[in-house]
Amino acid sequence: MPASVEIENVTHAYRTGDGLLPVLKDLSLTIPAGEFTAVVGPSGCGKSTLTRLVAGLMKPDTGRVMIDGEQVSSPRSSVGMAFQNPVLLEWRTVLNNVILPLEIVAKNLSSKQKQQRAEELLSMVGLEGFESKRPSELSGGMRQRVSLCRSLAHRPEILILDEPFGALDAFTREDLWQIMRDLCKQENFTGLLITHDLRESIFLADTVVVLSDRPATSQYKLEVDLPADRNVEQIYSTAAVDMLATLRKQIEIAQGRVEGKVKGSVEGKTDRQAESPSPQTDTTAGS
Amino acid sequence: MLRKIAVPVIALLVFTLLWEWLVWFKQWPNYKMASPSDIGPAFWKYKALFFEYGWDTLWRTVAGLLLAVVVGVFLGMLMGISRTLRDALYPILVGFNAIPKATVVPVLALMFVGQHDMNTILIAFMISFFPIAVSVSIGLSTLEPEYRDILRALGASRLTVFWKIALPKTLPEFFGALKVSVTLAFIGTNLMEIVEPHGRGLGHLFDSGKINADYPLMFAVLIALAILGILLYYAVVYLEKVFAGWADTQATD
Ligand SMILES: Nc1ncnc2c1ncn2[C@@H]1O[C@H](COP(=O)(O)OP(=O)(O)O)[C@@H](O)[C@H]1O
Ligand SMILES: [Mg+2]
Repeated sequence: MPASVEIENVTHAYRTGDGLLPVLKDLSLTIPAGEFTAVVGPSGCGKSTLTRLVAGLMKPDTGRVMIDGEQVSSPRSSVGMAFQNPVLLEWRTVLNNVILPLEIVAKNLSSKQKQQRAEELLSMVGLEGFESKRPSELSGGMRQRVSLCRSLAHRPEILILDEPFGALDAFTREDLWQIMRDLCKQENFTGLLITHDLRESIFLADTVVVLSDRPATSQYKLEVDLPADRNVEQIYSTAAVDMLATLRKQIEIAQGRVEGKVKGSVEGKTDRQAESPSPQTDTTAGS
Repeated sequence: MLRKIAVPVIALLVFTLLWEWLVWFKQWPNYKMASPSDIGPAFWKYKALFFEYGWDTLWRTVAGLLLAVVVGVFLGMLMGISRTLRDALYPILVGFNAIPKATVVPVLALMFVGQHDMNTILIAFMISFFPIAVSVSIGLSTLEPEYRDILRALGASRLTVFWKIALPKTLPEFFGALKVSVTLAFIGTNLMEIVEPHGRGLGHLFDSGKINADYPLMFAVLIALAILGILLYYAVVYLEKVFAGWADTQATD
């Protein structure tokens, strides 16, 4: 069952060699159960830190992280994670990589059941027939697909994706967006996606949150106004280009390139950029 | 397959013939350079000793190496897991490793007079544990944090992370170091065997060859040592294939 995530007034700093580095400042963010939220923001602003707090790998200095109304103080097995680096275990087969989380949290499942679950996921992402291959025999996109399967193997309540498609080429990335969308439909979880690709954020998420520069706080929130059942063409529609322009503007503000805050909303689709014939290509921020 | 065996065998034959011819051509006396035709009889004459002493050298080297693996992996784990321990232990280990082991040999020989096996195993261990400790510590400390996080996020213990990820991931580095260590341990064993009076092992046989001016015997020992060294090295290569073969990306099976 998907769980809700509430981040309440979280402030966090790292202790480094030259003193405290404030990373998050009074950040609040709510993800209703079963919803998918994308978080974008300048690089180094504290996005990965946010994921580590939600996963219970760290505790915030002040403020609370709640999952289903319960304060998170340590890791809980109901979380799945995937990163830009697929970190597959090279000495295991693809199938056994996907089984890994089940060895930790579902010890009572029979090995047959574990294998079935892994096979089910692998076939959902189009990796049928690759079960007994080694990760080194797979392409980058395939490795990332295995990593996604692994993060979902134990049916997590919350799926945390930290720039999982960041290192892939544009075409492979679009493939993976669609695979991810299908996984969202078939599996039941609350999603938190960190990304620097604005198109990716509006394609996959129900809500996009823009974080300010470090120390990060939530600066802007956009409800994605696209049909729940999306295809890739729709992120090139005028409605989508409008949203991308708004997000892009917010990122520029976050980076301090623009003075003053623009409080836009998706309902007011009066932005002129919508008329430009070619969609904006520079939708990445902080690279 | 045939090629794989035939080529080195032919190369070895050519090498032996050249050697024989060179000694004959230059008219070198035995003490300058023994020829293959002298070495054969030397082997034959002392064949029982060769087997007995060869076994001594072999098992002492392996025992020293095993000790080095246990201690080296343990030290490597300590240094790989804790930054503080690494800062504390590393300078000591480097200093210890910097001492030329030839100077430790007489010290040890005096410390445990007459206990040949222990002395030999100790020196083989001392000379060979360092690469293992360093490789394991580097392997563990360079583990990408995401590897840890995928398991830690599920509530797995540090020990589970170590067994499931850190240890297997370090195996290729470990075996790389073990190939260096096996050669070092072998050197250590022979150093002690040569130096210790009334000892055993091929090193001792070499020394008695020297004392009795039996030059063909000395050369025969060198060859026996080469064979033993190759044996040990390829035993490690075999183990590497079995346990860390996955790291060999060239393999197509
Ligand atoms: N373990 C750590 N110790 C000290 N500083 C850290 C640590 N992890 C991250 N940082 C610093 O905190 C800031 C935010 O990091 P991160 O959350 O990874 O940013 P993002 O994912 O948005 O790029 C960066 O400046 C980074 O250098
Ligand atoms: Mg990051």
